[in-house]
Amino acid sequence: MSSLDLSAILLNPQYSRMLLDGFEMTLIVAIGSWLLAMSLGILLLVVRLAPSRIADRAVAAYISYHQNVPTLVQLMLWYFGISSLLPLVLQDWISMHNGEAIFAVIGLGLCQAAYFSEDLRSGLRSVVAGQMEAAKALGHGYISAMRYVMMPQAVRNALPPLINHTVSLFKNSSLAVAIGVTELLHAVKEVENQSFRTFETYLIATIVYLACSLLLMGVGAWLSRRSRPVGAT
Amino acid sequence: MLINIYQIVADNWLLLLIGQFPNGPLGGIAATLLLSILGIGLAFPLSILVALARISHWPMLSWPATALVYVMRGVPLLMIIFWVYFLLPLLIGRIVPGFVAMVCTLVVYESAFLSEIVRAGIQALPRGQMDAARALGHGHFSAMRYVILPQALYNMIPSILSQFVATIKETTLAYVINVPELTFAASQINNQLLTKPFEVFFVLAIIYFAVCWTLTQLANWLERRIAAKRAGHGTAQQASAVGAAVIGPETVQEIIQ
Repeated sequence: MSSLDLSAILLNPQYSRMLLDGFEMTLIVAIGSWLLAMSLGILLLVVRLAPSRIADRAVAAYISYHQNVPTLVQLMLWYFGISSLLPLVLQDWISMHNGEAIFAVIGLGLCQAAYFSEDLRSGLRSVVAGQMEAAKALGHGYISAMRYVMMPQAVRNALPPLINHTVSLFKNSSLAVAIGVTELLHAVKEVENQSFRTFETYLIATIVYLACSLLLMGVGAWLSRRSRPVGAT
Repeated sequence: MLINIYQIVADNWLLLLIGQFPNGPLGGIAATLLLSILGIGLAFPLSILVALARISHWPMLSWPATALVYVMRGVPLLMIIFWVYFLLPLLIGRIVPGFVAMVCTLVVYESAFLSEIVRAGIQALPRGQMDAARALGHGHFSAMRYVILPQALYNMIPSILSQFVATIKETTLAYVINVPELTFAASQINNQLLTKPFEVFFVLAIIYFAVCWTLTQLANWLERRIAAKRAGHGTAQQASAVGAAVIGPETVQEIIQ
């Protein structure tokens, strides 16, 4: 094994371009699926709060499915399976528009929505019931009490698990390589094939992943500290 | 479509169950479970060491353990699989079979995650336990060995079980290094049939769901039972208020990942 030389990869414009493009795709997949997961997670919570047993059961089943089936299998089911059931026109359109990335965003987003929804729900449950009664007594309606009194506290309580799940969503975006998305790990494989500098290439990608995760964890810790009410320990 | 699904399962159930076993390597669900059991089983003793190192007051021990945990939490599992599978052979000069590489990966990865569970379990015990053991003449290690760990590990059984479920889900990634576990078997079937991708991967999802859901229910049941036992008597409902020291799967979700 030749000696470690990171500059051979980093200073080579072609290789660094490939890695940057891969990283960009990782960010697109991660951010896209985060937005989908968060909006769907909130929607699932709202449906669950509605006074309907059927809706509650349906959401519980959705969450149970997404928590008990491996994410990779969910991605494969979307990319290989569900895509084949779509009408041909739609299939063509999707494959023309980077279908791998579209299905990665859908698969990861739907999966993570289950976790986000559960996080928010347990955050909401930990807000004491008296808060709702107090808000109503002050003249808030249900929606307004939720919006201004309950949810801000619920989100604050749910911040640590939400951040953890955001980090794991970011890490899971690497699974997209298994259905052919040209994200960071894909770029790593290509650079490795061309440069034969296996060790350096993997090391750079590992550091990039680690740095992003640590950054997310740090921002999460800062947010939880900042949003703590004055005087609380 | 239901007939198709039935046909796929009827034709390939043996491949899904044990792969091509007597004539080839063990595969299917059997390989998935074996990988998970080996991964968790070998990681468990290591995770206790990592947890003890992490709560140690000695920086020489706590620093590397903390670094290990943060690296494993921050790097995708797929990346670690690639490190073990492609780079370990470069370092030791021998080829590592895919199955062995996956077990090694899981041991390293899971010992970091399990160690967080162990640490939470130890720190959830009342401080008085340690003080009382020390007052009775136990040294630090002896107190850990005979007083703290037995209680902490017992409380942690449900979360260790749910970590086992997480490991089962993680073994799907062994697919990328061609280990013939369940996901690999399903994609083999898919490659043979070619025209029924939805049915094949749907069957795959159902199998994983059945296994993982059952184990999750078992973990929840154990959690209630242990909480009830810790409370001394009465029902699980009474106990849930008392059993703060029981680290349930949900609490662990907040600590790890």
